[in-house]
Amino acid sequence: MFQIIERRMIVPNLHELVVEAPDIAQAAQPGNFIIVRPDEYGERTPLSVADWDREAGTVTSIFMQVGGSTAKLARLKPGDSMPSCAGPLGKDTEIENFGTVLCVGGCYGIGSLYPVACALKEAGNKVYTLLEGRSSYLLYWQDRFAEVSERVIEVTRDGTAGYKGHISRLAEILTLEKIQPDLIIVNGCTFLMMKTSKVTEPMGCKTIVNMNPIMIDGTGMCGVCRLTVAGKMKFACVDGPDFNGHEVDWEEFLKRRQTYNPEEVHPLRKSGCASHF
Amino acid sequence: MAKQIDYKQRAMPKQEPFERVKNFDEVALGYTETLAQEEASRCLGCKRPFCTQGCPVAVDIPGFIQCIVDGDFAGGIRKIKETNALPAVCGRVCPQEEQCEQVCVLGKKGDPVSIGRLERFLADWEAASGATETPDIAPPTGKRIAIVGSGPAGVTVANDLALLGHEVVIYEALHDAGGVLTYGIPEFRLPKAIVKREVEYVKSLGVKLYTDYIVGKTKTIDKLGDEFDAIFIAAGAGLPWFLEIPGENLNGVYSANEYLTRCNLMKGFRFPEYDTPIKRPSNVAVFGGGNVAMDSARTALRLGADEVHIVYRRSRSELPAREEEVENAEEEGVIFDFLTLPIRLNGNEHGWLTSLECLKMELGEPDDSGRRRPVPIEGSEFIMPVDAAVCSIGNSPNPLIPMTTPGLEVGRKGNIVADEETGKTSRDAIWAGGDVVTGAATVISAMGAGRNAAKDIHEYLSKK
Repeated sequence: MFQIIERRMIVPNLHELVVEAPDIAQAAQPGNFIIVRPDEYGERTPLSVADWDREAGTVTSIFMQVGGSTAKLARLKPGDSMPSCAGPLGKDTEIENFGTVLCVGGCYGIGSLYPVACALKEAGNKVYTLLEGRSSYLLYWQDRFAEVSERVIEVTRDGTAGYKGHISRLAEILTLEKIQPDLIIVNGCTFLMMKTSKVTEPMGCKTIVNMNPIMIDGTGMCGVCRLTVAGKMKFACVDGPDFNGHEVDWEEFLKRRQTYNPEEVHPLRKSGCASHF
Repeated sequence: MAKQIDYKQRAMPKQEPFERVKNFDEVALGYTETLAQEEASRCLGCKRPFCTQGCPVAVDIPGFIQCIVDGDFAGGIRKIKETNALPAVCGRVCPQEEQCEQVCVLGKKGDPVSIGRLERFLADWEAASGATETPDIAPPTGKRIAIVGSGPAGVTVANDLALLGHEVVIYEALHDAGGVLTYGIPEFRLPKAIVKREVEYVKSLGVKLYTDYIVGKTKTIDKLGDEFDAIFIAAGAGLPWFLEIPGENLNGVYSANEYLTRCNLMKGFRFPEYDTPIKRPSNVAVFGGGNVAMDSARTALRLGADEVHIVYRRSRSELPAREEEVENAEEEGVIFDFLTLPIRLNGNEHGWLTSLECLKMELGEPDDSGRRRPVPIEGSEFIMPVDAAVCSIGNSPNPLIPMTTPGLEVGRKGNIVADEETGKTSRDAIWAGGDVVTGAATVISAMGAGRNAAKDIHEYLSKK
């Protein structure tokens, strides 16, 4: 059993989960993920690692409450435990001195982007961070990113923080901010990663995305996380999850991610207002 | 007077097909005491038994069968467990018809003795009696062995080395022990309670088991090497193979690994009681002809499919699955499309599979495997409406350890290279066995590899 050290909602519907898992904390690297199960009936849920403390032996993830198992995760309290926490899985995000790197984060990906930004900074890069969300209340960890970035840029759909609009304005924002990135790394929802890749392709700037397909075992056995990259079948759990965003077949990926949408909302049907009257 | 030879095998009671396709309970019900003793009495008790030689772990088959005849069931199970830690599993899933039963002398003129069913009978008798005996364990040697994977190979090595007094720790990547016995083989063929029982038995020998521990990632082989005197790698199956035809990434197309893991390990058939969903499509095509294909097809029927087809490019006699499993599938209503080659999967605008395009084949000249090569018949394309397809044509060995262990020799197909006799790898103090070495094979061959490796590891540790 794995002890929960902390579980709190940091912005609406996004939760920070800190688990005691000393061996995973020792091995964790930027770009990795863990697989957790909230209880014996739970789904194996892949969560990107957002932080770790090797001394305390803890691993931190940010997750969004979507279906049955994440709803259970969202109910965990410090002192509770969960039966499964396995990892760290996936290849590490490639870190070297690229020069200037733009880190783009949204949603739960803001969490997993943080260790990437830290490692890039430590490798000598000039790091700029761009956080994107529907509204300012969905952005978090700006202070953490500020410590490792030249600047933290915010983009919100409603204009309540930073630039108004979304990532499709990236080229214009980079000009205004006078940033010429050698590499762009995006962690976030599929749409953010896809949109960013689409706008950076004409710019000719290599864009790394941290893919988030459906998974079961996460150890290179079941094959459900397959996607097409540069025309070839790849498996996100062992070949990724980082891939070149310009080579991903996004349309196929989006469709595959929706395979279990009807089942995912099944537990939510029971929680609607109508069922209480 | 000489014993009257009885050439007729006693059939094992089974759930009726129309009944069993509606549930996930075990199909075969096992011999009663009377049936078991009748069947056991058929054994000629050969002085030089071919059956024992035919068994990868050399069970004393005439010995345990004589115990059944004598009504000494406790003695019988003790005899099996001298060399086989998983009798309830092997009695169910070993291909006895290619091993012990194939060489049974009775088989020359009639039916061989049903060795597997008798083995199963004793294992189930022991479980029902509630009095599982623990064999004598040698005094502690102070040597520590790490085993990667709790499937058939790993559990066999753990059993053998624990009995010899070594300290054994098993690391399992998934959340339940048993490897393919748990995630792969369905409940109706091998109930998970039985796997649990056999794993508990090995734990009762002092073996420690850590689940959710991914050697190669949570801790590398090299770091484990600092803590242990020897390592046995039995990490099992890896990435599934696909046919490499258009449309394989459509929604509704599964690898057998995914399909079976969803159902067996994650208990998708009990969604929403369990959180992991599984679809319940009405027309399913399964590609391949092995046991895993049969398991997938029969699972699809139990999930409520109206029609399940096994699409196989060769003919019935080339099916690699066990005859018993093919018969079970036929009885349950699985439709076999032999000499049929899938060439394309078509989908709708939402990315969901809607139909399968196939080509008819005929048998030509024998190929390298000695089987007649299927050749496409020109212009024989046809379309079959399907809303799910399961690709069951095999898989490569698990890649995680080869990817993270420098100096470990790996073959062309990603398999760990190990000595055929001993399982020794290219690295000092590291052995390997099972699917991670051979690619997909049988439970018993993995156990045989484990048995041989355990012997070699013990010798190595004794000299150290």
